[in-house]
Amino acid sequence: MKTPGAPRKKKSGSDEWILRLYVAGQSARSIAALKNLEAICEEHLAGRYRIEVIDLLKQPQLARGDQIVAVPTLVRHLPPPMKKIIGDLSNADRVLVGLDLRQRRRRAGALS
Amino acid sequence: MPRPRRKTARTSKSPTPSSLAKVATGIDGFDEITGGGLPQGRPTLVCGGPGCGKTLFALQFLVHGATRGENGVFVTFEETEEDLLKNAASLGYDVPDLIARKRLALEYIRVERSEIEETGEYDLEALFIRLDHALRTVRARRIVLDTIESLFAGLSNDGILRAELRRLFAWLKDRGITAVITGERGTATLTRQGLEEYVSDCVIFLDHRVTDQISTRRLRVVKYRGSSHGTNEYPFLIDRRGIAVLPVTSLQLMHRTTSARVPTGLDWLDDMFGGQGYFRGSSVLFSGGAGTAKTTLAAYFLDAACRRGERAICFQFEESPAQYVRNMRSVGLKLDRWVRKGLLRIHAARPTLYGLEFHLATMHREVDEAAPSVVVVDPLSSFIGASFDEVNSMVMRLIDYLKGKNITALFTHLIPGSGASQEVEVGVSSLIDTWILLRNSPPGEHGGRHLSILKSRGMSHSSDRRAFELTDEGPVLLPPGRKLQAIRGVRP
Repeated sequence: MKTPGAPRKKKSGSDEWILRLYVAGQSARSIAALKNLEAICEEHLAGRYRIEVIDLLKQPQLARGDQIVAVPTLVRHLPPPMKKIIGDLSNADRVLVGLDLRQRRRRAGALS
Repeated sequence: MPRPRRKTARTSKSPTPSSLAKVATGIDGFDEITGGGLPQGRPTLVCGGPGCGKTLFALQFLVHGATRGENGVFVTFEETEEDLLKNAASLGYDVPDLIARKRLALEYIRVERSEIEETGEYDLEALFIRLDHALRTVRARRIVLDTIESLFAGLSNDGILRAELRRLFAWLKDRGITAVITGERGTATLTRQGLEEYVSDCVIFLDHRVTDQISTRRLRVVKYRGSSHGTNEYPFLIDRRGIAVLPVTSLQLMHRTTSARVPTGLDWLDDMFGGQGYFRGSSVLFSGGAGTAKTTLAAYFLDAACRRGERAICFQFEESPAQYVRNMRSVGLKLDRWVRKGLLRIHAARPTLYGLEFHLATMHREVDEAAPSVVVVDPLSSFIGASFDEVNSMVMRLIDYLKGKNITALFTHLIPGSGASQEVEVGVSSLIDTWILLRNSPPGEHGGRHLSILKSRGMSHSSDRRAFELTDEGPVLLPPGRKLQAIRGVRP
């Protein structure tokens, strides 16, 4: 079990993923989101990711920088470009698409 | 022994529980028509089409509060902070200073749909946290959400959004924050997302119409729970000082009246009014054909006021100030010295340049600023291109406003043609206290110009027709029965 923000930089290589998960307190939804995220990362990004969990109830001023309005919000900081996924991350497929770990199936669908 | 310390009776925020507490917006005229401003501690929806002045309304509300001890937060969903600051600066608001002094906070919230993937359940708690944080940093009592509907473009789950907005408005109300929420006009609803359903306390609608290439802005209070309000559409304007709303229905015929007199500027004309001139605070109309010396007689009236050391404004709708001053010099008036002394303001504008409302509002502001004792509008007839009723209502409101301030107003009006007809097309004669008719002698007869008083309420006046002529020294009365040639010494 990882603690939030626990895995220290293993290498400063360009392929490291930095993911920030914004939550508001320890709600069931926050916990679920973190759990879902960790599962996805372990499966697809094992050894080259870092998750920072930011609790906005404790650090409200941080919501501004990443333009957060919804919680939970996952922000892919690295690699660029920045991506945002909001919700409890329960749909792994959509998370993978959102993180660019999987191609979108239908391009048109993305625009609607 | 010191008296036991006792807490003083808790002061309730509202003066009486029955009357709704209101907060001033600082918008000229708006606080009057709503009996004090917006409902305190409640959300107000301000809606209208693009460019209707929503953001400005909101900004003015906030800045007014911030400069008077009610701090505020401006949450912008559309404009960036820089754009907003630029707009505010154009109105002379030093928002950066207010921010530096912690009276105002700006929060730019951007939700870009293309960057966002949605999966699973979420809520907008982060938005609440941000608002809460901003509200706390400046201890705000006011907030603006401009335009919160943008969230609908950024997030796809309408159900969540609607539930969260409902929660947000309730949350603001709970905290007693006076909120202005702006919304873009929808096709069938007041706002695109039907925000009016959530904001039930006060709804203001702003409209911007262009008819005959002239734009008019109007404001309507659609709803104001627990408060009486005018249901009219109120014209408003946006100028360098922000929004000004003009109350339409202030005509109450409750003016103070005085029996003080104000000289006409010409001794012989004073004589026709028992030697004293017009009543102070009355309205005077000079009507006549082209070249009947309306402008000159009006200028003498202005000159006399300045000679007494009083301030005067001339609203010129036919000539530029320089031209006007030059032309009046030819009849013996040096108006430029009064301009230099700051006693006389000449405000010139093309009648067709703006809508009537704008002219009216501009006049209001000029009068407010200069606090004159006399005002001349020269000529009223240049507005006739606009619809008859509109001119009428404008003149009525202007007269009403000036009377309320005990300002003597003199209007000139051009009667088309030779001036033989006595009809005054501006149907304002009933509003006019003193009505003077000017005529030229028929061409070829050197009879000079003729002046007669058609009416002058509440005072004795001459019913004679007087002949006068314009000379280098001004309008000179011709002795009765004598032809112009006699004066000039021309033998037949």
